[in-house]
Amino acid sequence: MCVCVRHWAGLANILLPRSVQGFCTMKLLSLLCLFSVYLVVWSNNIETKAGQFFSSGHTNNWAVLVCTSRFWFNYRHVANTLSVYRSVKRLGIPDSHIVLMLADDMACNHRNPKPATVFSHKNMELNVYGDDVEVDYRGYEVTVENFLRVLTGRMPPSTPRSKRLLSDDRSNILIYLTGHGGNGFLKFQDSEEISNVELADAFEQMWQKRRYNELLFIIDTCQGASMYERFYSPNLMALASSQVGEDSLSHQPDLAIGVHLMDRYTFYLLEFLEDIHPASTANMNDLFKVCPKSQCVSTPGHRTDLFLRDPGSVLITDFFGSVRKVELTTETINLTITEEPVKERPMHGDLQKERQSYIDQLPVSEIIHQQQSRVKCKHVLAAVRKGHHEIQQNGVAMGRNCVSHSLRTQWMLCVRMTFSKRMSITFSLLKPVFFQPIKVTPNSICAIEA
Amino acid sequence: MSCSTVVLWPAQGYKTAFMGLLSDPNRRRALISTLTRLNAPICVICYMAGVAWFMGLAFDPFTLRTYMSENAMGSTMVEERFPAGERAMATGREFAAHKKKADGMPVDWLVKTMQSRGLEVFTQTFTRQLPFPDENKERYLVKGTNVYGILRAPRAPRTEALVLSAPCSPGNNNNQAVGLLLGLAQYFRSQVYWAKDIIFLVNDHDLIGMQAWLEGYHHTNTTGMDYSPLQGRGGSIQAALSLELSSDVITSLDLVLEGLNGQLPNLDLANLFYAFCQKIGVLCTIQGKLQRNDWDTASGYSHAVQTMMLMVLKQASGRPWGDHGLFLRYHIEAATITGVNSFRQYKTDATTVGRLFEGMFRKLNNLLERLHQSYFFYLMPSLSRFVSIGYYMPAFGLLALILLLRALDLWVQLVSPPPREEDDIEQPSSPGVLSVLTPLVISHLTGAALYTLPIHSQEMAVEHFPVSETEAVVLTVIAIYTAGLALPHNTNRLLTGQGTEQGWKVLKLVAVLYLAVLLGCTALINFSLGFILAVTLVPMAAYITPHVPKALSAFIMIALSPACTLLFCVFFFQELQETPVSFMEGWMLFLSVISQGILDNCLYGSLVYPLVSLMVYPCWLLFWNILFWK
Repeated sequence: MCVCVRHWAGLANILLPRSVQGFCTMKLLSLLCLFSVYLVVWSNNIETKAGQFFSSGHTNNWAVLVCTSRFWFNYRHVANTLSVYRSVKRLGIPDSHIVLMLADDMACNHRNPKPATVFSHKNMELNVYGDDVEVDYRGYEVTVENFLRVLTGRMPPSTPRSKRLLSDDRSNILIYLTGHGGNGFLKFQDSEEISNVELADAFEQMWQKRRYNELLFIIDTCQGASMYERFYSPNLMALASSQVGEDSLSHQPDLAIGVHLMDRYTFYLLEFLEDIHPASTANMNDLFKVCPKSQCVSTPGHRTDLFLRDPGSVLITDFFGSVRKVELTTETINLTITEEPVKERPMHGDLQKERQSYIDQLPVSEIIHQQQSRVKCKHVLAAVRKGHHEIQQNGVAMGRNCVSHSLRTQWMLCVRMTFSKRMSITFSLLKPVFFQPIKVTPNSICAIEA
Repeated sequence: MSCSTVVLWPAQGYKTAFMGLLSDPNRRRALISTLTRLNAPICVICYMAGVAWFMGLAFDPFTLRTYMSENAMGSTMVEERFPAGERAMATGREFAAHKKKADGMPVDWLVKTMQSRGLEVFTQTFTRQLPFPDENKERYLVKGTNVYGILRAPRAPRTEALVLSAPCSPGNNNNQAVGLLLGLAQYFRSQVYWAKDIIFLVNDHDLIGMQAWLEGYHHTNTTGMDYSPLQGRGGSIQAALSLELSSDVITSLDLVLEGLNGQLPNLDLANLFYAFCQKIGVLCTIQGKLQRNDWDTASGYSHAVQTMMLMVLKQASGRPWGDHGLFLRYHIEAATITGVNSFRQYKTDATTVGRLFEGMFRKLNNLLERLHQSYFFYLMPSLSRFVSIGYYMPAFGLLALILLLRALDLWVQLVSPPPREEDDIEQPSSPGVLSVLTPLVISHLTGAALYTLPIHSQEMAVEHFPVSETEAVVLTVIAIYTAGLALPHNTNRLLTGQGTEQGWKVLKLVAVLYLAVLLGCTALINFSLGFILAVTLVPMAAYITPHVPKALSAFIMIALSPACTLLFCVFFFQELQETPVSFMEGWMLFLSVISQGILDNCLYGSLVYPLVSLMVYPCWLLFWNILFWK
C-alpha cells in the first residue's frame, strides 16, 4: 500500500505544475501519514468484511430486460426475459427500476393452450409470467430507437417515469437482451437490427453522461459474443450465450404448449439465479461458470477487461439484486474513521454561478487495452480512493458524488499522463483539465450538483 | 467468303470464346462457324445429356433430403391427444346408413350432426351440366349440396382459416373419411388454442362440388357453374387437407400433391405430412410407393425413377389428382391424404390417423403467413427426397438448347447461302412472307378447329353415326387431328407455286423458334409437360428437312406427335402403376383420357387440352409441312 501511495505522490510530482506542486505535496505528505494509520486499522478482519460491504460503490440498481422477437414460435425469448425479470424482482429490484421490453404477448397469444401463463420449465413447473408483470415497452414499441433512447436517456419530455432509465453514476445496471442475432447484430422484430457498434457507442454515451457506475451486459442470442466485442467504455462486464460462429440453442421442448419454452443459456442462468438470495456471496466467477458447453452446446463467453474490479469480488447481487448496504450484526464493528456528517453547504452566489463543463472525452478504449497501463492505473485509482479519506481528514466535507467526480477526473488524468506516448503534447492539452479538480473546490461541485 | 478464312483458326476462336466474344467480330465469326460445323454432334450430345440429366434426378446422391423450412411450424413438437377414433368410425357407419337412405348426400343428418358438435353449419347447392356425358363417372347433369361447418377460433380474430374436407362419394367409398372428419370436429371444438377458423367441408360430387364451394367462397365464377352463394365464411384460407378413407383400419397413408395444371402445394406441406408420419409411426407413401434405402442398387434406383416418373406423368396431365387440386388455383396450399388398406400385416387404426391430422392442424394453426418458405416447383423421387427447380431445369435447358442451335444454324445458312450460280440469286433472297404465313395460319386454324369443333359438333355426329356423345367427341378429335395431317402440306404449292430452298428454311427457323418459346413457357409453368413434349418434339424438330426419306420420316413424325406421345404415356403410366394393359384396353384408356382432358378443361379450366390443340399441335403441323415441302 505504501508503494501505491508513494506512487501517487510521485505522480503528483510529475503532473502538477510547479505553482501548486509545493502546496500539494505538502498536503499529500500529511495525508499520507494519516492514511497509513487508517490502513492499519482497516486490516482488521471484521472491518475488512465491512469494507467489502461498501466495495461495489453503487447505491442503486437498474435493469433493462429486452426480448426482441415476436411470434408464437419465439415463445422462448419472452420466457427468457421474463425469467430474468422474475429473478431480479425477487432479489429486490422494484418495477420502478426495471425497464421491461417484450415484443410479443405470449400469455395472451391465441395459440397458447394455457392462457395467461408463460412457462419456463416443462410440465408447467414454473410460470414466469407470475402475478404482476409490468411491461414497460411492448409489441411494436420494442424498437432499436426506443431501446437506445432508454439507455441514453434521450427521451421526449412526455415519457412517463416508468419508461425511463433514471440511473446515475452510482447505478449498477443489468442489461439483458435476447432474440435472434447474427455476427455483430441483434434483430429487432424482423424489421430492424442493432449492431454491436451502435450498442458500444450507446454504452459510451451512457458513460459520458454518467448514467452508470458499473454495467453488466448479458445477451442470449446466436453468436452473442460478437455483440460485446466492440465495447470500449469502462466498467462494463459482458456475458454471452455463444461465441462467434455458434448458434445458441433452445431448451425445454414442451409438447402440450407445442414450442420450446426457453433457450439453454437462460434456462441454466435461471436455475443458477433461483439459488441466489440477497445475502448470497456468489460472485461473478460463479456466473461465468453457468451453462458449460456440456449443457449449453454453445460456448458461453464473457468479457471482463473493461471492468476495473476483480470479478471474484463482485457479488451477483450487485447487479441482479437491489441490496442495500445495511446488515444487522450482533458484533460491534469499530470503524476508526467515522463518516462525518456533511456540513452545511456554503451557498455563496459566485460559487454557484461558476459554470462547469465536462472534461474532454479521453480515448479510454486505447488506454484500457494496454494491459500494463491498466495495472498501474488501478494502483493510482486505489490511491485516489484512499485520498478521499485524507481530504476528509483535512476537514473538507464532500458528498459522495463530488468525490466520484474528482476521482474520475484525476484517474483519467493519471492514465493519460502516465501512458501517453506524446507526453508533452498531452500535458499541454491537459493543463486546463488538470486544473479542474484543484480550482473547483469540492464544495462548489456539491453545490452545483445539488 | 469471310467464313472460310476464319475457319483456319477455329481452335483459337473456341478457346477464347468466353472472353470478348461479342465484341470481337473475328472471334464471333469463329464461334458461329464452329457451332454450325459441329451442329449435329452438339445437338446429339445435348439431347443425350438432357435425358441423362433427367434420369439422374432420381439418383439418391443427386437429390436433397426434405426438411422443414417454415419456422412457424418448426418441428412436430406437439402432443396429439385425439382419443375418439372408434367413435368416429361409428359415426362413419351412421353416415353410410343415412347416405344410403337419402341416396346421396344426407344433408339434414350432416347439418344436425355438425350442429350438435358445436359448429356453425351452412349448406350450398350447385348445378352443373357437363358439355357431354362423363362416362367414367356416369354423370351429365350434376346437382348436389355441399355441407360445411365452421369452428370459430375461440380467441382470435376471424381472419384466417384452415379447411379439412372429405368427399361424399357414391357407393361405400369415403364413409370413414366423413366419420373421422366429424370426430375431429368434435375434438377440435373442445380445444382453446385455435388461432384460425377451421372449416369442415363435406363436398358432394367430388371436384365439381369442390369447384362450386371454392368459387362461392372466393366470389368467382370462372367456369359458368350454377351455385348458391355461401351463407357463412371464415377468413382467408391458409391451407387445406382433403381426406379419403374407405376402411376402418389402414396400412399406409398416401400423399397426393398434383393439382390443377400441374400446380403443386408448397413442399413444406409434404414435409409436414412426412414428419408426422415419422413421428406417429404410420407408413406413408407418395404415388403409392414407399421410399427405399437401397438407392445404390439397380432396383432401388429404378424404384426411385418409377416414383418420379409417376409424378411427372401425373403432373403433365394437368388434372387435379385429388379434391385438393382446385385449392391450388387460389394459392391455398392443399394436399389429399388417402388411406390405403392393403394386405400388409401391420394396421393403423382411425385414432392414429386422427392424431396425425390433429398434429398437422396444430402445426398449420401456428402459421403466421401462407406457406412460402419452401419450394413450389419440385419433383419427388420419394417422400423424403426432392429435386428442386434448380436441379431439374438444366435437363430441359439442354433440350431447349438444341432448338436454339438449330435456329442459329438455319440463320447462318439463310444469311450466307452456299455459293451457287449467279442467275438465280434474286429468287432466294425473298422467300416471301406469304410462304411462311400461310402454313402458320392454316395449322393454327386446324388447331382451333381441334379445340372448338368436337364439343360443338357432337350433336351432329350423334345424329349421323351410331355412337354416344362421349364417343362422338373423342372420335371427332381424332378425326380432326388426322385430317390436319392431310391438309397443310399441299397449301404451299397451291399458293406460291414451287416451294423454294430458302422458303422451308425460313419456315423451319420460325417453327423452331416457336417451338422453343412454346416449350420454354410450358416448362416454366408445368415442367413435366414441357419436358415430355420436349423429349419427343425436339429431336423431330431438329431432324426434319424436306430432304430426308419421306415415308420413314413421316412415320417417325407421327410416332413423335402429341397424340402418340399421349398414347405412349397412357401405357407407360399403367406399366408404372403395375397394372399393365393390353393394346385394346390401352386404346380405350387413351380415348377416355382425351374425353377427360376436354372435360377438365370445361369443368375446372385445365389448360393442357387448349395448349396442345391450339399451340403444340399447330407447331407440330409446321414441321409436317416442312417434311412435305416441294
